[in-house]
Amino acid sequence: MGARILIRGGRVIDPASGIDRVADLLLEGGQVGALGEAAGEGAAVAQVIEARGLWVLPGLIDLHCHLREPGHEYKETVLTGTRAAVAGGFTAVACMPNTVPPNDSAPVTRAILRKAAEAGLARVYPIGCITAGQRGERMAEYADLVAAGCRAFSDDGRPVMDAGVMRRALEYSRHFDVALISHCEDLRLAGDGVAHEGAVATRLGLKPIPAAAEEAMVAREVVLARQTGARVHIAHVSTAGSVALVAAAKAEGLAVTAEATPHHFTLTDDALEGYDTAVKVNPPLRPAADRAAVRRGIAEGVIDAIATDHAPHGTVDKELEFDAAANGMIGLETALPLALRLVADGEVSLSRVVEALTWRPARILGVPGGRLAPGDLADVTLVDPEEEWTVEPERLFSRSRNTPFAGWRLRGRVRATIVGGRVVFRDGAVVAVGP
Amino acid sequence: MAWARKDLLGIAGLDPAEIVEVLDTAATMKDISSREIKKVPVLRGKTVVNLFFEASTRTRVSFEIAEKRLSADAVNVSASGSSVSKGETLLDTARNLQAMNPDIIVLRHSCPGTPAMLAARLPAAVVNAGDGAHEHPTQALLDLFTIRERLGRIAGLTVGIFGDIAHSRVARSDVLALRALGARVLVGGPPGMIPPGIVELGAEVAPRLEAMLPAVDVLIMLRIQLERQGGALFPSAREYATHFGLSADRLRLGRPGLLVMHPGPVNRGVEVAPEVADGPQSLILDQVTSGVAVRMAVLYLLSGVHRAPAAEEGRGGA
Ligand SMILES: [Zn+2]
Ligand SMILES: [Zn+2]
Repeated sequence: MGARILIRGGRVIDPASGIDRVADLLLEGGQVGALGEAAGEGAAVAQVIEARGLWVLPGLIDLHCHLREPGHEYKETVLTGTRAAVAGGFTAVACMPNTVPPNDSAPVTRAILRKAAEAGLARVYPIGCITAGQRGERMAEYADLVAAGCRAFSDDGRPVMDAGVMRRALEYSRHFDVALISHCEDLRLAGDGVAHEGAVATRLGLKPIPAAAEEAMVAREVVLARQTGARVHIAHVSTAGSVALVAAAKAEGLAVTAEATPHHFTLTDDALEGYDTAVKVNPPLRPAADRAAVRRGIAEGVIDAIATDHAPHGTVDKELEFDAAANGMIGLETALPLALRLVADGEVSLSRVVEALTWRPARILGVPGGRLAPGDLADVTLVDPEEEWTVEPERLFSRSRNTPFAGWRLRGRVRATIVGGRVVFRDGAVVAVGP
Repeated sequence: MAWARKDLLGIAGLDPAEIVEVLDTAATMKDISSREIKKVPVLRGKTVVNLFFEASTRTRVSFEIAEKRLSADAVNVSASGSSVSKGETLLDTARNLQAMNPDIIVLRHSCPGTPAMLAARLPAAVVNAGDGAHEHPTQALLDLFTIRERLGRIAGLTVGIFGDIAHSRVARSDVLALRALGARVLVGGPPGMIPPGIVELGAEVAPRLEAMLPAVDVLIMLRIQLERQGGALFPSAREYATHFGLSADRLRLGRPGLLVMHPGPVNRGVEVAPEVADGPQSLILDQVTSGVAVRMAVLYLLSGVHRAPAAEEGRGGA
């Protein structure tokens, strides 16, 4: 697999290797070969990609998305989801287990991986359930799931409310050296809330979710990480208080990592004005001060990764009263340009943004990739940093259209996505389907 | 004539002239209700659908009487459940309604924003008759009408609103409407009932009833949801009545002419003691009478019959 490809004259940005310079990059045999002035010299190159003016990045890795298969194929499938992934520059995605049935057993994991192999686009790393059936009672069979291919565990969307269960799960997870990804939400504090508890929810009369609903659970996970020594990854951090808790945990040397989503670092709860259900997400959009703290957290590396929480929904899930509408928005195809706005605004360095989309998620999942050193996976994303484009939902590759960024003018566009030395997306089209 | 909106979704976004126009129109409507033949033909041939997803006999009957006095054809649709079940989308509901070709839809719904969502999709005028904890604009307008009728003005008054501000659509609409016409508004209640951001709506927080009473010309006591006790905003009705209720003794802390209001129905002996609710300072029954007049005014203004045919159609605000 993967004939020789020479990517010529691009700006190679690989924070993990400390590289940021114009260079040729040779891919061979599905791996990164040489990098340098004359990387392709003397080699019989099957394909040359002119990359002058483009950025050459390690393939982006999303450690939190929802592919909806099995069970909700009308929203997304592994095929359509990985099409969206490669269109967004992601060469690998980790998919959450809240499918129907949930991914709490090896057959489900294997079915997802089979679909991913058939699609032949992005790498897919299934995330298994923390507890059987996501019921929060009894832990799932991690040994079986890891053997089948799970790379992390989460009951995303269904927080493990029983601290005793979480403690045992964390202890047990150490045997496999996997991260447990915690959707931090104290359901009793959140109640039937649908929006951040603050001035906007008050004005609009939306039932409130206090920041404490997230922060109390982050605090619990930090305490349990200390207790167990296990790897805890905090999903979609959205409040200043959560960022501070993660920072303190890291300062203490605990194995706590965190992610933030493009919507939480881009939007505020002001977007709820007009009751657009496209911005109904969990955790909810927060006020500007929380958004600023999340941005700072990314800039300082307190928040390790940028993850999409790509959550496709159909109109039957969203064209409802605000209370009844499903949580979540799609995000694979807008994540990179939204992250680059942080760079353009001078809030986060480019290398930090790239690292948060590549190396750090690879390390959290414990998977190869996220780096362009010789011998690494030939997973590469080529980006035109100057190209501006308008988000048109009907032209996205995801099966669902639930994005609040319709009509947004974004800068930075994925020009090519290479997985294992094969070009799978180029100039607006998915170019290879099948194994 | 300032009124050019398609819908009445809330007080937010209305300008003072529009509020005054409703109040002035309501004054003429009230005359109709005091005649022997309480019916005028201004909405003859117009269809009004009263769509209540949440039980509310008082509000629905008030709208229905207003519709009948204006000779509109009123249709009552009460839908069960607090939200549309999965499978029947809001759009389905909207399409079904549109097929009935109503001129005005009066909508009560437990989910905030639902009137705005339907209004954006339907050519019919939409009146928000209460959406969750968001707004209840006709209640606020009738409160203002009642106060103005008794005291002759709104500007310069200090009005207190006491109780569960956090869950009250009446409180939100009242704060916005009173502030728009130049009143000072104090809100109070136990801490869990004062939501963040209420000050941004223009209210001042004066948590204690005892402190609020001497400062206000009018005191609006809010209904307490006794059903919500499971939600534990307060430990018991007994404790609420004792510490936060308006007893005759507490009322004496207020100015002599202090007026007492309540959006109803009153939990007698909980928010307001019976002798206060029935006493000379109470405007509670006046509010009910004003309600019909204000709703007649709103229906009349939204029906567009007062406008010249060429009048500009404004988009609903809020
Ligand atoms: Zn989640
Ligand atoms: Zn998620």
